Amino acid sequence: MSGRKEYSSQEIMTITAAREIKDGDIVFCGTGISMLAATAAKRINAPQSVIFFETGAIDSWLEELPLSVSDPRIEYLAASSSGLVEAFATMQNPKTGSKVVAILGAAQIDKYGNLNTTSIGDYFSPRIRFPGSGGGCDVASFVPRGIVFMQHNKRKFVNKLDYLTSPGQLGGRGGRRAAGLRPGGLSVVVTNLGVLRFDPGGEMFLDGYYPGVTPEMILGHMEFGVDVSRAVEVDPPTQEELTILRDQCDPERLILT
Amino acid sequence: MEPNGNKVLELSEAVRSLVNPGAHMSLGGFTLNRNPMAAIHEVIRQGIGDLHLYVHSNGVGLDELIGAGLISRLEIAYGGVGKATPTCIRFKKAVQNNEIQFEDYSNFMMTLRFLAGSLGVPFLPTISGLGTDIVEKWGFSPEFRRSESKIPDQKLVVMGNPFGDWAGASKVLLVPAVNPDVTLIHVQQADSVGNCRIEGLTFVDLEQAKASREVIVTCEELVDTAELRKTPERNQLAMFHVSAVCHVPHGAYPTACYRHYDYDPKYLQDYDRAAKNDNLYRQYQQQYIHSVFSHSEFLDLVGRDRLRVVQADPRTGYAVNMKRD
Repeated sequence: MSGRKEYSSQEIMTITAAREIKDGDIVFCGTGISMLAATAAKRINAPQSVIFFETGAIDSWLEELPLSVSDPRIEYLAASSSGLVEAFATMQNPKTGSKVVAILGAAQIDKYGNLNTTSIGDYFSPRIRFPGSGGGCDVASFVPRGIVFMQHNKRKFVNKLDYLTSPGQLGGRGGRRAAGLRPGGLSVVVTNLGVLRFDPGGEMFLDGYYPGVTPEMILGHMEFGVDVSRAVEVDPPTQEELTILRDQCDPERLILT
Repeated sequence: MEPNGNKVLELSEAVRSLVNPGAHMSLGGFTLNRNPMAAIHEVIRQGIGDLHLYVHSNGVGLDELIGAGLISRLEIAYGGVGKATPTCIRFKKAVQNNEIQFEDYSNFMMTLRFLAGSLGVPFLPTISGLGTDIVEKWGFSPEFRRSESKIPDQKLVVMGNPFGDWAGASKVLLVPAVNPDVTLIHVQQADSVGNCRIEGLTFVDLEQAKASREVIVTCEELVDTAELRKTPERNQLAMFHVSAVCHVPHGAYPTACYRHYDYDPKYLQDYDRAAKNDNLYRQYQQQYIHSVFSHSEFLDLVGRDRLRVVQADPRTGYAVNMKRD
């Protein structure tokens, strides 16, 4: 291998997230890179995972990459096509709910993995308005596991969210239970620099950093500190993973740039 | 009206008679699929304002109504179109500039609210959102809520599970029913009396329609009742929920209608550019909505070549290999 990196930060993020998905998982897919990660997992490491959308399509094949969770591409060769009531049942009932893995993105995240996708500034008179919860709050409330995609910078990894849209561990240890939520929720954060997880107290720690990145660099991109003592270097994507990602998952380069 | 009476109307007539200023209205579809665009453009053409709008996840339809200045109050879970427009631009501007009153929910909360409305119950419980700002932050003040009989006095209510810890929940969030005055939906097929057939994803259209006092259906194809009744298991909405049936081919364009046409990425990108600039936006709505008299004239203006580009391929139900970047 030459000294030059042979993959982009988007590609290592996508593959790192895809590796979190296992056979048997039911993957709740949002838009953009999360759709790409779910597709990559299905074609690389978890062919027996099931992709589903809050709009009601289950086990979509995704011959072409959808640009939204309502894109008609999610209906092609799906096992079943219904509506939101049915999709939210998949996330919650005793049989399927425990297998659902969410993939989400956010504008802000705090050290407990709570997410803001609503607005920056005062809620009633915001500096920047984002689309809102969509199904994000719901899936984060319901599921035992979830992946969050974030760009690593101080404006996004903040001490205090401007608006708490989707619950992570809320106030930390026991926070979900006290609020009335089941344990679980979002469990891993995949960024352009590395991977973070949550300890039993509900606080984020650095689990991995990408080749060429150091834990110190990562801390420099966050408003709050995290434990980095357990962090190890993340395995870069293999040539085979990259080939499948580029040629089969996003040949039109709709997400990958 | 007789349940099996003829409900076919011109869209302009349906909107004139069923959408009143100040109405509480909901929109079917989802982000870039089956938005009732023709009906929305007609509401804008007729300038029916001071609307109170309910949506779960909506895109360009929601944005055009806000952009036209017709929405006073909005209850919403998500305003975005996907990759091209992560956040609807006129929605974003209106919120940032304090031009509308708005209140946030999640998709499941809005789904349950329409479902509760359709079932005739005052609320439904969930555990979604416990501990979040969706519960804490109310867009409408308690005073306003008390003064307005069409919305409940409280946004959401958290209470202990009245069945103990049955089903593993210690608390529940109660979400209040929504019963809109009027709902706009677009479907693939309908008959003259209002039986509807949606192909593919139904989103929350059925719950929204059943919760609503009046329902305007636009359809790709107006088909014989006898034909629809041959396979009733494929008809999701029965005639008595529907107030008006309007035959409007490409009535969801520029959003998608499964097995008929795809969304139009070029139109949506052009829309995006216009929406970012107030002058361009006024010109856009003048040219594409106010200067035409019908959806058919709008489609002529867009150009029938665009309709060929987005035409669905029979194998997949969407436009295969369409340029989308």
